[in-house]
Amino acid sequence: MGSGETMLVAMTVNGKAVSRDVDPRTLLVQFLRDNLRLTGTHVGCDTSQCGACVVHIDGNAVKSCTILAVACESSAVTTIEGLAAGGTLHPMQEAFREHHGLQCGFCTPGMIMTAVDMVNRRGPDLDEHTIREDLEGNICRCTGYHNIVKAVAAGAQAMGETAFKQAAE
Amino acid sequence: MSATGIGASVRRKEDFRFITGKGHYTDDINRPGQAYAYFVRSPHAHAKINRIDKAEAERAPGVVAIFTGEDIAADKIGGLICGWMIHSKDGSPMKAGPHPALAQGKVRYVGDHVAVVIAETYAQAREAGEQVNVDYDVLPAVVDTGSARSVGGEPVHEVAPDNTVFEWHLGNKPETEAAFARAAHVTKLDIVNNRLIPNAMEPRAAVGDYDDGADSFTLYTTSQNPHVARLVLSAFNGIAPENKLRVIAPDVGGGFGSKIFIYAEETVCVWAAKKVNRPVKWNSDRTEAFLSDAHGRDHVTHAELATDANGMMIGLRVHTTANLGAYLSTFSSSVPTYLYAPLLSGQYNIPAIYCEVDAVYTNTAPVDAYRGAGRPEATFVIERIVEVAARELGFDPAEFRRRNFVTSYPHQTPVIMCYDAGNYGASMDKALELIDYKGFPARKAEAQRRGRLRGIGFSAYIEACGIAPSAAVGSLGAGVGLWESAEVRVNPVGTVEVLTGSHSHGQGHETTFAQLVSERLGIPIDNVTIVHGDTDKVQMGMGTYGSRSGAVGMSAIVKALDKVEAKAKKVAGYVLEASPDDIEFKDGKFTVKGTDKEIDFASVALQAYVAHKFNGQDLEPGLKEGAFYDPTNFTFPAGVHICECEIDPDTGVTRIENWVAVDDFGIVINPMIVEGQVHGGIAQGVGQALLEGTVYNEDGQLLTASYMDYCMPRAYDFPSLKVETTETRCPSNPLGIKGCGEAGAIAAPPAVINAITDALGHENIAMPATPLKVWRAVQEVQPRMAAE
Repeated sequence: MGSGETMLVAMTVNGKAVSRDVDPRTLLVQFLRDNLRLTGTHVGCDTSQCGACVVHIDGNAVKSCTILAVACESSAVTTIEGLAAGGTLHPMQEAFREHHGLQCGFCTPGMIMTAVDMVNRRGPDLDEHTIREDLEGNICRCTGYHNIVKAVAAGAQAMGETAFKQAAE
Repeated sequence: MSATGIGASVRRKEDFRFITGKGHYTDDINRPGQAYAYFVRSPHAHAKINRIDKAEAERAPGVVAIFTGEDIAADKIGGLICGWMIHSKDGSPMKAGPHPALAQGKVRYVGDHVAVVIAETYAQAREAGEQVNVDYDVLPAVVDTGSARSVGGEPVHEVAPDNTVFEWHLGNKPETEAAFARAAHVTKLDIVNNRLIPNAMEPRAAVGDYDDGADSFTLYTTSQNPHVARLVLSAFNGIAPENKLRVIAPDVGGGFGSKIFIYAEETVCVWAAKKVNRPVKWNSDRTEAFLSDAHGRDHVTHAELATDANGMMIGLRVHTTANLGAYLSTFSSSVPTYLYAPLLSGQYNIPAIYCEVDAVYTNTAPVDAYRGAGRPEATFVIERIVEVAARELGFDPAEFRRRNFVTSYPHQTPVIMCYDAGNYGASMDKALELIDYKGFPARKAEAQRRGRLRGIGFSAYIEACGIAPSAAVGSLGAGVGLWESAEVRVNPVGTVEVLTGSHSHGQGHETTFAQLVSERLGIPIDNVTIVHGDTDKVQMGMGTYGSRSGAVGMSAIVKALDKVEAKAKKVAGYVLEASPDDIEFKDGKFTVKGTDKEIDFASVALQAYVAHKFNGQDLEPGLKEGAFYDPTNFTFPAGVHICECEIDPDTGVTRIENWVAVDDFGIVINPMIVEGQVHGGIAQGVGQALLEGTVYNEDGQLLTASYMDYCMPRAYDFPSLKVETTETRCPSNPLGIKGCGEAGAIAAPPAVINAITDALGHENIAMPATPLKVWRAVQEVQPRMAAE
């Protein structure tokens, strides 16, 4: 590489159409952080272990350090910046604040995106064992996970209630 | 207690930006025209540098400049310093070898900084870095802590021919020898305190910026103490005078000690910004963090505990070899000395203690303070040997501890510390109740029926926090004072900004400090903003480490608030036409004693600034006060942690089934935040005990330099934790705070290992107690158990 060739990539990020000319080896996380200046998605390791970079691609949680930006052509990407609808926090964001599920905040965006995906996949009734097992790909050094687990359980319940209300309306 | 005052679990003010992705960490900062730095690092643990050929790399696309140690030397940039002088037993000063920001003539560990490549993009800098040709003469590496002094060959530093940095001691040797001479029983234990790599989730980063119009520098960096960084970069590295150097530590993603220190990369970035007259940005990748962040622990210890015929502890002697790595990092020398040996008395009344510490250089990453810093090492020694002694003497481990607890205060230990307040028995009682100690035999029997080995382990820890009285640490070798500063700025509308020298990187100061101000001034917590981490805003400060921000940082705020209140009373006196002595201040209102005349805080603030009601000559307009607070003693948080674990003898896997923590932190400002600190500390301590092992091979290659090799604790490694507190007020600071940040990491390792050794009936389990180690121990004990 290093030939200076670029490729045009277009996708939807947080509901907005974006396109940029990028070095083809640009990772999605670099595209988000460096090209779009969406710095809420973090890089905590080089080996796809820590999960600080988790975003949703077409509704599925993906570590954005493991996929090239050009592989996301035409995809819909949601980052932590796009999770709150309008001015209202997502129930999972609210739960992390309410249950002190964060300290330094660095792993938090990835944790929240993973937790939302967990509820999307498994539904709102998550037991502690399931939550702990499903957080395997997200590392936090501050909280000892105790309050993250509480936050995910509460956020899941709140997401379930929100979905129930929306279905009823 | 008000809803937002002291003692309330106020939800954190800082969280909104973090949960919405709007935090500002160093790597989120981009300066116009910035270039990117990549560090060429040594692939060898120990080598002479014959020649650095950068010609090919300089021709690579996008390269702006490449600098080496020669350039650093030509600009007379000083080496990285160690700020704590330790003297050996014979009075000689510690042997500090040179520590240039870029290597000069020699490299001393894998990851040592050889050159910096600055290019238009990070990818270009990295690619060019691979084309810097360095001709090395590889030397044998010194790696092992225990044998570093006797290994021979070329020493790590010329100044220390046998790789010995110092031979230090503390305590009373003759009294201790006498205690052992009359002992009824002596318990002996060999201990390795494993080397850890801190792993804050945010890797270190720096953006150096130079303004050639003003000839001034700005460094954005991941620091726990930006003022100390500025002081060192100015006074010792000679980057620029302090008035020309601004250091900003914005949101910082965890520190745990590793971001206290002034490292080569940050120093080089700010220096190079002027050389290339462009902002220079560097962001560590994770492997670089493993290689070059200061590591923690790494002690090899032999300890002996003497007891009399009644099971009372009468003497403790300890010999420790502490590995300080290849260079003396900023506070490295204090960690295995004054942050270690003074804690060896634990919660116990031990009349005679003697500790010797030999510190060694090796060809490994520098070792410095990591969460707990010296106190976890001390606690591991005392709590392991006490547990083993109880077993040898046939005492219940809780009972053995209790009969030796310090029970009256102040208590002067034989190793410097004067414990000011505590109630160790109360924490023990509560912990035993919470874990259902009486039910343990039944749980153990039930586990046995399932083929599992169940064990219970105690840790009754004490730590010295709120560091520290400046005169005291000065007498022990510190190059700095350890006070803290605060400035309380009341705006004309009655809102308040508090400028603090403490730095929050997860601890929640924006909330807890605001709780103090809200309660004291009787104003809504949303009217209080905490400002930290910028040397242009906060004049001076000592930063956050050693669980000091509550006990020292908040005490400074109390002092400043005292002054604000005194001044505000004078203003209120003029407005209400009464003597300031007759003014009372409560719940945000100033009243004239015995009358219904009153004025609220915001109105007094406005009156202070409009200055219509008083003569500006008699009373200065404005309402802004600053204070420096220097503590009078260390604080002594203490508590009891109990771990209950189960081992699968077929696989060696240890599962923690129950965890109880009962801690006495003095007065607690925000219980929610304090519990969170305990959870996190326990996780790091459990990580040390079960999972985290740093492995260098005999050539000095770091084999555990990624998350695929270094086992970080995950959510499924823990049960739900039971965390509670007891409370004795700390008498040495105005709020009665002791500090909570490090307790879990200090308490947890011996609790885990005591539980495992209890389950196995086998004392020789080294940390991390991986399934392989535990399984091997099971193989040794099972024939014995079968025979019994």
